[in-house]
Amino acid sequence: MGFDFDNDRPIYLQIIEYIKKMIVCGYYLPNQKLQSIREFAEELGVNPNTVQKALFELETMGLVFTERTNGKYVTADVKVIENVKNNLLKDRAKKFFYEMKEIGLNEKEAIEYLLKNGGKE
Amino acid sequence: MSLLEIENVSKSFGNKKVLNKVSLKLEKGMIMGLLGKNGSGKTTLLKLINDLLTPDEGKILVNGNEVGVLSKKDISFLPERTYLEPNMRVEEVLNFFKEFYEDFDIEKARKLLEKLDLDEKARLSKMSKGMKEKVQLVLVMSRKAKLYILDEPLGGVDPSTRDYILKTIISNFSEDSSLLISTHLISDVEKILDQVVFIDQGQIVLHEKADELRDKNNCSVDEVFRRMLKC
Repeated sequence: MGFDFDNDRPIYLQIIEYIKKMIVCGYYLPNQKLQSIREFAEELGVNPNTVQKALFELETMGLVFTERTNGKYVTADVKVIENVKNNLLKDRAKKFFYEMKEIGLNEKEAIEYLLKNGGKE
Repeated sequence: MSLLEIENVSKSFGNKKVLNKVSLKLEKGMIMGLLGKNGSGKTTLLKLINDLLTPDEGKILVNGNEVGVLSKKDISFLPERTYLEPNMRVEEVLNFFKEFYEDFDIEKARKLLEKLDLDEKARLSKMSKGMKEKVQLVLVMSRKAKLYILDEPLGGVDPSTRDYILKTIISNFSEDSSLLISTHLISDVEKILDQVVFIDQGQIVLHEKADELRDKNNCSVDEVFRRMLKC
């Protein structure tokens, strides 16, 4: 099935993360219509109610809105999307620095390492 | 009103109590997993809901009706063992179902069989276990029932067939109906479940929403089950 879920964490949280990433990376454009709940469910191999819950949360965050009877859309507000993207970046960066610190590099050294070696061997 | 209401149901075979005061409600639009080890009482409970056995005490309501002729119209049941005549061809079984069940959508069944690469001309006796399971699932899911009950639907199938079956289940179940799946292969089905019910030694020991259970325990439903029932 399309997506590998980790059974250890609530599925709806993983669907939220998945759709969030699809929005911030530009796979779904602002104001673009999303596929129906059922289509998402089939694609991801999960229960439609779980997809519904995830979309509801995304709607509460302002990333998605419902057009009466016509389905769900990505927000047209680019600022909201930028915001979510920045938060995701911040989280990832924090995590990266934390892990580098565990290996013994401070932030400056970690950045230098990245600039010099990137992710290459 | 719940689609399925089980109130204080007990059942014994001889002096062995197989179900002990079981109560359970299932709302419309839900997929519920009935999870338990072999011999925990799962199949007996499903047989009671399907009026194949009679409870010693308690009552079972399906869509507001006590189990009987009316409830059979509302339930589409996939039993653990096949009841189809092995010499029949798939197309004969389709016609048989069409005659037997008013709500059987033969066109839908044909489409599903085609999608699953199953030949209508084939005899059941010539099919592999996985193919037969697919045919039976198609039959069951092609009825427009209110309650679908699947007893161990993934019994002997390989992982890719399993994904097909789960997909078929998800795409063919409507918001107006509910689905009750019994299994001991929890990790295979847990991602499609809304609610999970653990049954052990004839009693319900847990009933919760799947995601809430994961959230509380930081692990899979399967893991919670193993810890709780020490297997």
